[in-house]
Amino acid sequence: MAYDQFTVLKSTAVPLPIENVDTDQIIPARFLKATKREGFGDNLFRDWRYNNDDTPKQDFVLNNPIYSGKILVGGRNFGCGSSREHAAWAVYDYGFRCVVSSFFADIFKNNSMNIGILPVQVSDDFLDNIFKAIEANPSTELEINLPNQTITLLATGEQESFQINGYKKHNLMNGFDDIDYLQDMKEEIKVFAEKSRY
Amino acid sequence: MSSKPSSLFDKVWDSHVVRSIPDGPDVLLIDRHFIHEVTSPVAFLGLKTRGLNVVYPHRTFATADHNTPTINQHLPVADPLSANQLKALEENTSSYGISHWGLGNPKNGIVHVVGPENGITLPGMTIVCGDSHTSTHGAFGCIAFGIGTSEVEMVLSSQCIMQPRPLKMRINVNGQLQKGVTPKDVILYIISQLTAAGATGYFVEYAGSVFEQMSMEGRMTVCNMSIEMGARGGMIAPDNTTFNYIKGREKAPQGKDWDDALTYWKTLKSDEGASFDKEYHYDGASIEPMITYGTNPGMGVGISQLIPTAAEVGGGKSSFDKALAYMGFNEKENMLGKPVDYVFIGSCTNGRIEDFRAFASVVKGRKKAENVTAWIVPGSHQVEKQIRDEGIYDILTEAGFQLRQPGCSACLAMNDDKIPAGKYAVSTSNRNFEGRQGPGARTLLASPLVAAAAAVTGKVTDPRTLI
Ligand code: SF4
Repeated sequence: MAYDQFTVLKSTAVPLPIENVDTDQIIPARFLKATKREGFGDNLFRDWRYNNDDTPKQDFVLNNPIYSGKILVGGRNFGCGSSREHAAWAVYDYGFRCVVSSFFADIFKNNSMNIGILPVQVSDDFLDNIFKAIEANPSTELEINLPNQTITLLATGEQESFQINGYKKHNLMNGFDDIDYLQDMKEEIKVFAEKSRY
Repeated sequence: MSSKPSSLFDKVWDSHVVRSIPDGPDVLLIDRHFIHEVTSPVAFLGLKTRGLNVVYPHRTFATADHNTPTINQHLPVADPLSANQLKALEENTSSYGISHWGLGNPKNGIVHVVGPENGITLPGMTIVCGDSHTSTHGAFGCIAFGIGTSEVEMVLSSQCIMQPRPLKMRINVNGQLQKGVTPKDVILYIISQLTAAGATGYFVEYAGSVFEQMSMEGRMTVCNMSIEMGARGGMIAPDNTTFNYIKGREKAPQGKDWDDALTYWKTLKSDEGASFDKEYHYDGASIEPMITYGTNPGMGVGISQLIPTAAEVGGGKSSFDKALAYMGFNEKENMLGKPVDYVFIGSCTNGRIEDFRAFASVVKGRKKAENVTAWIVPGSHQVEKQIRDEGIYDILTEAGFQLRQPGCSACLAMNDDKIPAGKYAVSTSNRNFEGRQGPGARTLLASPLVAAAAAVTGKVTDPRTLI
């Protein structure tokens, strides 16, 4: 078992209505020098979150105490850029378990699921409604139901279903990861690898 | 032979599927795995925690590049955190029997430069690395893509990766490129048309006469930036240009093995009538030297064009405005003539010999502009040697430039090569994200020719006026 199981998550959410949030913003390269997976949450969105003298930027959402929760809601094309899993670690380490957006970059999406964060892709309209609801009332709650594959704005009951393949869903619900799966098929891989061209 | 025409992508993918999981990903065998100091330590730590071994160490190759200094490489690395990462790579590779070209090794260099240079990258392979520009190797007709650290651990421990089969896109560019238009301009143009997310979920094949006539260096530049439009990777069918490039390289097959390989490699192309989920056609003759004005690689224009308005570009206005505010630019401004503080030529996008030849062709007989700081960073020691052997070094020095030592350098600014806040850098690398080249740095992505024109004039200049 590689991470906590994910089933139903009910939480307030932190809004970040910016498009194309890239991995260099999520965690700048200069914080990738660690050899352990520790402390990345402190540098999540470092350059948006802190001034050069390390004082918090008051207008950035993570520094605004009225917003909190285990769900991060981001603009379209969230997580584009580099393959650094450190970006997903930073999101997880900060305390988020789910990222909602209307579009995700591929590698970020894979990396997230590999460490137990659920990326939930919703329509542009639904995303807009979430942003509006949180703006109107920061204690608005969202419910993410993985078994049913639904996301609900609890204040209004407005709901959308989301896609996830059966394999990944099973993994997340049980806290399994791909490494566990591949270890189970070692023999099959060996036979295949030995007759491969390269 | 099956009757259904298949694409280059299908041929390579299908021959590597160990198992297809219903309603899930495919399990793909990985032929070559590159690792470097930044994204591998936690993977090795994971192996240890789980008590797993590296199953095929000879299929993995390590080089140090992301976090290495580009001056005085013979001295101990000053930054203790960087030094620690380099040490971790050395220890991990030696304890698992993985080949390691560390700092100081004559084969050291940027992972996506040294792989092809040494014949490790061969047509029809599956290649992964914990770096998104692994797509570079697609230039050889490989399925090559970047992975995260959990996946690095996966490949080390099983030689496999689990991937949903992506959709297929073909991008055709035909016609004659204008003078002064390089492969970098072609790919920046494509990304500006498709946007930074336009190919997300797809694997791209580049086809058409423009790519057929391109050198391997140029093809690598193009495939390198596939990720910048969201694609998992990009590939080009191997041909005689590919085979001539590979022949004789250290790890390339030889003798009978070469003949066998060649027979196979010649089958690696999309059949007539192969289907694609999306297809685009562009006219190569209409592409200008390109430059970016914003904070993602899709925000690029022909160098003689004005910065567009948010309405012309489409997408979110607030994000567009935020990008321009960061850059200190306004809609409808001219890119030509904008002052430039720094010029960076290097990276796995444009750090190969052809790029330095292009740079030198403009610089020759001119002088570096007073107001410009230039970082000239070869992609590998082999490239560095070629720069010296071909007399490019002398041209650079005469013009007032200095050559640094190989590494990723200002492409991601993990080492000391950081552009200061607020400064403008014309860069031949691949990303212009906020802070990519240092906190507050403002990046203008462009070709080596545009970089050279900026370096000698101190401002954004059309290289066609200098060649
Ligand atoms: S040069 Fe830049 S993009 Fe290329 S491998 Fe290094 S950091 Fe990654």
